[in-house]
Amino acid sequence: MLQFIVRRFIQTIPVVLGVTILVFSLMHLIPGDPAQIMAGEAAPEATVEAMRERLGLNDPIPVQYGRYMGKLLQGDLGQSVRSSRPVLAEIQPRIMTTMRLAIYSMLLSMIMGLTAGVVSAVRRYGLLDATLMLAALFGFSMPNFWLGLMLIKLISIDMALLPPSGWGTWQQGILPIITLGTGGAAIIARMTRSSMLDVITQDYIRTARAKGLKERVVIYKHGLKNALIPVVTVIGIEMGMLLSGTVLVETVFAVNGMGRLAIDAIRARDFPLVQGIVLIFALIFVFVNLLVDISYRYLNKRIELN
Amino acid sequence: MSDLAHSSNGTEVQVIKGTSNWSVIYKRLKQNKTALIGGYLILFFLIISIAGPFFTVHDPTKVNYSTRLLAPSADFWLGTDHNGRDIFTRLIHGMSITLYIGFLSVLVGMVCGVPMGIISGYYGKTLDSIIMRIVDVLMAFPGILLAIALVSVLGGSITNVIIAVGVFSIPGFARIVRGTTLAVSKLEYIEAVRALGATDRRIIFLHILPNIVSPIIVQATIRIAIAILIASGLSFLGLGAQPPTPEWGAMLSQGRSYMFDPPHVALFPGLAIVSVVLAFNLFGDGLRDAFDPRTKA
Repeated sequence: MLQFIVRRFIQTIPVVLGVTILVFSLMHLIPGDPAQIMAGEAAPEATVEAMRERLGLNDPIPVQYGRYMGKLLQGDLGQSVRSSRPVLAEIQPRIMTTMRLAIYSMLLSMIMGLTAGVVSAVRRYGLLDATLMLAALFGFSMPNFWLGLMLIKLISIDMALLPPSGWGTWQQGILPIITLGTGGAAIIARMTRSSMLDVITQDYIRTARAKGLKERVVIYKHGLKNALIPVVTVIGIEMGMLLSGTVLVETVFAVNGMGRLAIDAIRARDFPLVQGIVLIFALIFVFVNLLVDISYRYLNKRIELN
Repeated sequence: MSDLAHSSNGTEVQVIKGTSNWSVIYKRLKQNKTALIGGYLILFFLIISIAGPFFTVHDPTKVNYSTRLLAPSADFWLGTDHNGRDIFTRLIHGMSITLYIGFLSVLVGMVCGVPMGIISGYYGKTLDSIIMRIVDVLMAFPGILLAIALVSVLGGSITNVIIAVGVFSIPGFARIVRGTTLAVSKLEYIEAVRALGATDRRIIFLHILPNIVSPIIVQATIRIAIAILIASGLSFLGLGAQPPTPEWGAMLSQGRSYMFDPPHVALFPGLAIVSVVLAFNLFGDGLRDAFDPRTKA
């Protein structure tokens, strides 16, 4: 197991390196002169030149990348053009908000998705199964920002039950978490259902029933436990959708997280800040995937036999 | 009667059609109700996107403040927006934009991803490691973040949305195609044609490609649904189609400030997105079942 963890950890190094190259290249994908764009259309040549110098755009690209990496390894993500503060200082206070939003939404997705999936599989081809699966199909065909708008209209404006924006109190958290978690719940529900159906037709489930175990024990202890293994892999992908989904959901609910900061930075053409946020998001995601792979390995001991 | 042909001596001979596999799939597809509904919906939406604009009576972009924010009525079926434009008309005109972005961005992803997957799966070794590392890097960006990052530097326009969503779709195609290519190229008949002296190019185009078409089609259908969702999200964030283009995500973005009283400005564009995405998801689900020999018809 330890060997696996170490090997898997080493595998992430080239990926992280590739990510830094891509994030670094973003600045150079800008059509036109990035210094001119960031300094403003009407800025005099001297200001543009100062901006170019400040961003180090006069050096050859490999030198620029080397300097970028060198700073990165010391935890320096550059300077925000707009506020002149270090990018990391801009992002840091907001990371936890976004992480909380993503993690709570993930929990909601899992609770709703697993419940619906198991119920559907147990009552397969029944009315409840059809209803739940239709709801799931709607759930992941729906743009989450639209769901957010509809919830605000219905619950915050018409019924005046929950605040329409902000983050901090638990009341403010409910709508963003539902908005972000619904799509994931739908995907997990579908995955759990098909995985459960695969499992409960297996011989060992028949054996468990034959030896007189209660249906509840058969379904939860023997069925669900094994059905969960493929579901774990979806959770990794899911976390990616949730992390990036925060950009939309934070915008809809005016939550001051990393996602909204990204949109503000894009609108202000503050590219060093955009780069920093994209990099942090990617690093978090790479780390989450590492954890998912390790837990998958832990859950599915059969891999070791092969 | 195309199954029967007359041989030289006049007796009827059964001709075995080479496309039997496809006819089986077509039969399974016809039996699959969800796939049929999805397929007909897609067809319906395609017809609307082409013919619809000729039948609308209002102008999709002309501002008219005297008809601002009107509730649905006989004149304005789905009401009007904050600029007095008929929402129904704008939705009909936006259909072609939505489908155009969906199809084209997936095509971009396919044109890049499929060759990557084939090369990776067929040649293996160094090429495989290089391509798969590139795919890993693309997949290291969570969800739609890569598309957001690309559009933010390229600038907001429909073309750039197509490029960004296309790049986002590459890893999905590359991975699936690599997997199937790997499985197919290990089969005995590939070994046999190679022993007969077939070139790599001939093997890939004549023997491998036909066998990996079905997972590519399934992937493409589901990817179109995802692409439409992401593109509408980008436009909602103001990074995609720009006003006054009647793109549905952009309509939602403008409508959100005016939904406090009449909800129709934000309700209907969202419903339009849901119905198109749903159609592609239904069709994709059905196709997957039809192509999968394990599921019973």
